[in-house]
Formats: sequence, C-alpha cells, structure tokens
Amino acid sequence: MEKSAYFKGRLLPYLLLVPQLVITFLFFYWPASQALWQSFLREDAFGLSSDFIGLENYQTLFAQPEYYKSMLTTAVFSSLVAVLSLSIALLFATQADKNLKAAPAFKTFMIWPYAVAPAVAGVLWIFMFHPSLGTLARPLRAMGFDWNPLLNGDHAMALVVMAAVWKQISYNFLFFLAGLQAIPKSVIEAGAIDGAGPMRRFWTIVFPLLSPTTFFLLVVNVVYVFFDTFGIIDAVSGGGPAGATTTMVYKVYADGRLGGDLGGSAAQSVVLMVIVIAMTAIQFRYVERRVQY
Amino acid sequence: MVEHRPWNDIIAYAILTFGVFIVAFPVYLAVIASTHDAATVVNGNMPLLPGGHALENYYRAVFVGGSRTSREPVGHMLMNSLISATGIAVGKIFISILSAYAVVYFRFPFRMTAFWIIFVTLMLPVEVRIYPTYKVMADLHMLDTYAGLILPLIASATGTLLFRQFFMTVPDELLEASRIDGAGPIRFFIDTLLPLSVTTIAALFVIQFIYGWNQYLWPLLITTQDSMQTIVTGIKKMLTTTDELAEWQLAMATAVLAMLPPIAVVVFMQRLFVRGLVETEK
Repeated sequence: MEKSAYFKGRLLPYLLLVPQLVITFLFFYWPASQALWQSFLREDAFGLSSDFIGLENYQTLFAQPEYYKSMLTTAVFSSLVAVLSLSIALLFATQADKNLKAAPAFKTFMIWPYAVAPAVAGVLWIFMFHPSLGTLARPLRAMGFDWNPLLNGDHAMALVVMAAVWKQISYNFLFFLAGLQAIPKSVIEAGAIDGAGPMRRFWTIVFPLLSPTTFFLLVVNVVYVFFDTFGIIDAVSGGGPAGATTTMVYKVYADGRLGGDLGGSAAQSVVLMVIVIAMTAIQFRYVERRVQY
Repeated sequence: MVEHRPWNDIIAYAILTFGVFIVAFPVYLAVIASTHDAATVVNGNMPLLPGGHALENYYRAVFVGGSRTSREPVGHMLMNSLISATGIAVGKIFISILSAYAVVYFRFPFRMTAFWIIFVTLMLPVEVRIYPTYKVMADLHMLDTYAGLILPLIASATGTLLFRQFFMTVPDELLEASRIDGAGPIRFFIDTLLPLSVTTIAALFVIQFIYGWNQYLWPLLITTQDSMQTIVTGIKKMLTTTDELAEWQLAMATAVLAMLPPIAVVVFMQRLFVRGLVETEK
C-alpha cells in the first residue's frame, strides 16, 4: 500500500506533521506517561510532595474487594449490553432488509438515537423510571413490583443497561443492515430452491455470512460499554447504589476526584490501558482470521 | 426475490413499528415533560399529551436558568457546546488531513515512525487518562478555556486513517499530470486533492461534530466555572439538587435543546452521516 508517485520535499512533510504530532505528544503521550509514572508514586493529601513507592499502588488496588467488584460489574454490564443491543438490532435490521416500501423511512427513524449524548440518554431513562415521578415506574409499582433504581442495585443496573442498549441499537442496526444488503440475493435464492424456509435460510446462510459484521460490532460494542457509557452511568445512578453500577472507568473517575487517590486512580488507568490494548490486539489477531467468509 | 407472503410483510411492519416506538418514546416523553409546569411533572401523573407551559419553560431555560439552583442560562451553554463541537471537528480535520498528506504523498526518514506514533492513539480514549491530562491542562493554564475543551479531544488517529485511506484511492495520474503542469506539493494539495476530498471532509465533520457535542466527562472535569459549561454537562447539574427540588421540566427542556442540533445533523445529512460512520470505523 504505497504510492508510486510522490514528492521529495525535505522540510515540508515535517511541517505538515507538526500540528498533529504536537497535539499528540502534549495531550496523549505526556499524560499517558504521567499516568504510568504516577501509578508508582504516593502523593500526600495536598499534592505537595510525592514518594516513589514502586508497585504498592497496584498491590493496594488488587487487594481491594471493590476493584474486583467493579471488574465484575464491567463484565456483566458489557456482556448484557452487547448481547441485547446486538440481537435487538439484528432483529430490526432483518425486518428492514425485507422489500418494504417504508424501509427508508424506518431506517431514518431508527438511526437518530446515535446522536443523543450518553449523559442525555441517561437523564431521559431515569426520568421515565424514576421511582416517584417516572411515567413507566408507576405502572410497575402499581403492579406490586417494588421498583426503585435509586436504592436497589439490580434495578439500577437494569436501568443503566436499558439506557445503554437504547443508545447503541441505532449504530448496530446501521451496520447490520449494510451487512445484510451486501449478501448476494442469489445465495438466498439457491437456499430457497433447495427448500429451506426463511428461518433455516437465516441461520444456515445469512447469519454465517454476517459473522464479520457481528464480530466487528461485538468489539466496538465492548469498547463502547467500557468508555462511552460513563455519561449514562453518571446521569442515572452516579455509580451507585452502593457501587452496584461502578464500572472500571467510573471507578477511575470516582477514586481520583471524590477520593483524591491519584496514585490509585493512575494505577487503575494503567490496568485499563493494558486491557484496551489487549482487546485491540485480539481484534486484529484472532477475530479477523476466525471469521467465516 | 424468494417466496413472498403477505403476512411476512405485516410481521415486519409490526416489529419495525414497535422498534420505532421504543426508540422514540423516551424522547417523546422528554418533549411532553418540557411543556408542563413543575407540579404536574413531579406529582407522577404527568399526562401523555403536551401541556400549556412550553413557551414559559423554554424561555426560562434559555434566558434565565433555574431559579432554585441559580445556574447558568442554557442559551450560553448552547453557545459553548457549539463552539467546542465545531472546534473539535474543524481542528481534527485540519491536523489530520495535513498529516495524512505528508504520510501518503512524501518519502522521508521516520515516515512510518510518525505514522505509528499517531496510530497508537487510536487505542486509548481520553477516559483512560483523564487525570493526567487534566494535570497537563492545569500546567498549561488551559482550565476553563475553549482551548482546554477542544485540544485534548482532537488528539486521535481516526481522521488521519480516514484521509490516508481516501488518498490511497486517488489515481497517481493526477499527481503526474499536475506535476507536468509545473505544480508543487502545495499547489497540488490545494488545487487537486482538496476539491476531491470535499465529501470525505464533510462526512468526517458530521461525525466529529456529534462526537464533540456529546462529550461529557472531559467538559465536566475541565470546567470549574458555570460560564464555561457545555449543555450536556449542564443538564446533569440541574438535577443534582435533591430530587424533590429538581426542576425536571426545565431539565427536560434543556435535554430537548441538547438533543436537537446533533439529531438535526443526523436526519438532514443522513447520507454523509452514514458514510462518515462506516468509513471512520473501518
């Protein structure tokens, strides 16, 4: 992937790169290395002095039950959101892929939640399900179900998951629809001639052919849940009740800001970076190879 | 087309209508809540049809701000959001089109090193390194400035990769032709490459504008004064008073105002949006 025709400028290419490299060093490499460095330090309460303490921040971190809890919360949260939003979006996309007159209109209606900010989505959902004033919470409580996401951790988790799924459906829908439309009609017709009904055709032909899209979306969704749901969680539950919705990213924020434990927060940042880099590596290494075409 | 059964279409319409309902209902409810007075919203029996307080609520939200919390009027926050979202989109396009041009159209020592230095940033979103970045901003005296809201968010590789991909598809003959016409690298960039890139630029702008507008964690940290708040962070602050005192009708009016610009961008520029979304994720 190289151009055969190019310029030979000596100074110009460096000048063209300067803006991006300066921004990248200033706001990416410098802070990232600071995080790494800070994770080996202990700062006093006023931030006046700091000592090098080696791996102590990491030892403290991995001795904390709350940290494992936030890992578990992140795992539960991301698998629920990924599975639900992918399957719901796939259901809608397969319907929109049928030869319907109104399909373009449906497409427009389905995609716009992508534009809603996560924090705003969180506010909309807590408003609907607020225990005392929520329009949808009242019927739940009237049915005798003691719905209270402000006090019950499982309810809070359910609410955060719903808001996160709601926001992600449109993205998955778009990619699934594009993937479905890229499948040649002749393959499906061949299946029909062999006597396979719609369900059988879907599971034996369409779904396997869609696997590159599905795997791609799976990775994107997990990354989405890790990072972009911060606004949803902060708006809906603020990580609570009792840490029930504190994901790893939320804990980085909460420990650094409210707790003022910058060293511990930095150590968490480093652990997160390692996880993200590992996930990206897995994406490049395995996913692309295993997928059936 | 394979077998065509009428009931099949009916099921499809039913499922899709249900889908649109799920997608639209939370937003519909917010719009309704923004047209009622505080008491109607808080008592938990809010009607599902618009009330008569829309003008009053939006006027108060935009120009006055909540009375109990004495927050910033939303009009000002909208302005802050507009400035930072536009700044992020334009800044990202500017730095990435230049660096992609250098990487694709020049041969020079450390070319691939530069590319990898930029590429690595793709993996780590700002959420991972918030406090160290905050500290850098504080050292540079950029807290509570537009530069502070904008610059850290344009440090990413998506734009560079997108432009690189696009430049690779531009035929080499164009470069040779303009070279025969005596054009240097700057001429070629301005007269040939830039006009060809208009659609890619527009698609990237749409995506980055939405990304910038919807930022939450970073503006929350970097702004300490209410006057620098963006609208997305402002809504949450309206609700941080105890629930009984929170003015939900104003918060909902603010939420509607916060959703309007990015939704308008997606709906009216759907083609560019879809293109930008699909291409930045490749």
